[in-house]
Amino acid sequence: MAGRKKDEIIHDHNGDGIDRRGFLKCMAWAGTGAFCVMKGGVLRSYSLSRISEISTADIMGELSFAQISDSHMGFNKPANPDVAGTLKAAVEKINGLTAAPEFLLHTGDISHLSKPEEFDTVEQILKDAKPKEVFYVPGEHDVLNDDGKQFLERYGKMSKGGGWYSFDKKGVHFIGLANVLNLKAGGLGTLGLEQLEWMEDDVKHLKHSTPIVIFAHIPLWSVYPEWGWGTEDSAQALAYLKKFGSVTVLNGHIHQTMQKVEGNVTFHTAASTAFPQPAPGRADSPGPMKVPAEKLKSVLGITDVNYVQGKHALAVVDSSLA
Amino acid sequence: MRRSVFTGALLMALGFGIAEPGAGRGNFTVSAQQKAETAEVKIDNFSFGPTELTVSAGTTVTWINRDDIPHTVVSTDKVFKSKVLDTDDKFSFTFSKPGTYPYFCSIHPKMTGKVIVQ
Repeated sequence: MAGRKKDEIIHDHNGDGIDRRGFLKCMAWAGTGAFCVMKGGVLRSYSLSRISEISTADIMGELSFAQISDSHMGFNKPANPDVAGTLKAAVEKINGLTAAPEFLLHTGDISHLSKPEEFDTVEQILKDAKPKEVFYVPGEHDVLNDDGKQFLERYGKMSKGGGWYSFDKKGVHFIGLANVLNLKAGGLGTLGLEQLEWMEDDVKHLKHSTPIVIFAHIPLWSVYPEWGWGTEDSAQALAYLKKFGSVTVLNGHIHQTMQKVEGNVTFHTAASTAFPQPAPGRADSPGPMKVPAEKLKSVLGITDVNYVQGKHALAVVDSSLA
Repeated sequence: MRRSVFTGALLMALGFGIAEPGAGRGNFTVSAQQKAETAEVKIDNFSFGPTELTVSAGTTVTWINRDDIPHTVVSTDKVFKSKVLDTDDKFSFTFSKPGTYPYFCSIHPKMTGKVIVQ
């Protein structure tokens, strides 16, 4: 080993700059998702990569589900040459949970180039997950070339217009939003008037005590508008939710976990099952990051919010496993 | 006549086509006699380079994606529109009429650029 650099590639069979050890490093950070459990109207979110460290009691609640995001099936660059493998790893983690989640949420960028075979591969891999029900919202990579036609044909059976819909599970109201269509030059994610009007009407009849979970691809809060990490008209959507005591917003798109609390609303972004992206402003552009696994935690900028008591009767919590 | 039809068809085959049928068809006026001018815009690091490009009328501009993430080249005024460009994919458009042509990446709309045709 003398003279060898720490990260030197020892066996590069495919000539792609990735040896087995390098691949296993990728596996250490990828294959991530979030396990969410609703307890007394309070949503807790745990990173799947560290789920084995928490007690069974902590992950039991009225309702649990898992969020996965940004599978980018079809991506094959050095940041992760095996996105199918890392998605499978996420499924294995979900299947290894003591308390199986009731369903899956996929917060978009299922595919990398909107190719039918990319969607097929993801669907095939997710068939092996114990939870059989999967709810999707589109990412911008899922609506390329056809303004989302294919996405709606595949996943839009319960959706309105451009892919938005709502459903109820054990007293929790879930709203899936589409904010990746009709993007304007120089702008951010967009919900649009039609979707906003639908949403206002959708929540009108609900009791104030109903826990609300919103899920959409691009963050509904301004993570970093310079990189397009935000949604133009999200403030209007959130205004419809002011009367509710417990609102949780789950997003993807930025390939890193972040949390923010604003009044009655807690925002979470999930990591990608495919590759990481830099923290806001920490690089010239938001392109895929090629980082060794051991450095990843520092660049992902994981923020842990352990307990937040809102002004209202219910609180929203995000827990890390540290 | 035959030649111009053939040239048009060839340009279409070379990927000069536009998603919206008919849109900008009048721009395919490059003839064999005309000296074809070309210019290139590189897509790298989530930006178009040069961001602002000035060319003379009749110039064919080729965008090439050097990023490891797909991008598109879409005219704000719907004059031209590429399919999604994966790494190393190209899109070309011939500008026959003078004017300012702003464009953006419809996947990452913060990416904007401009072609000025003189």
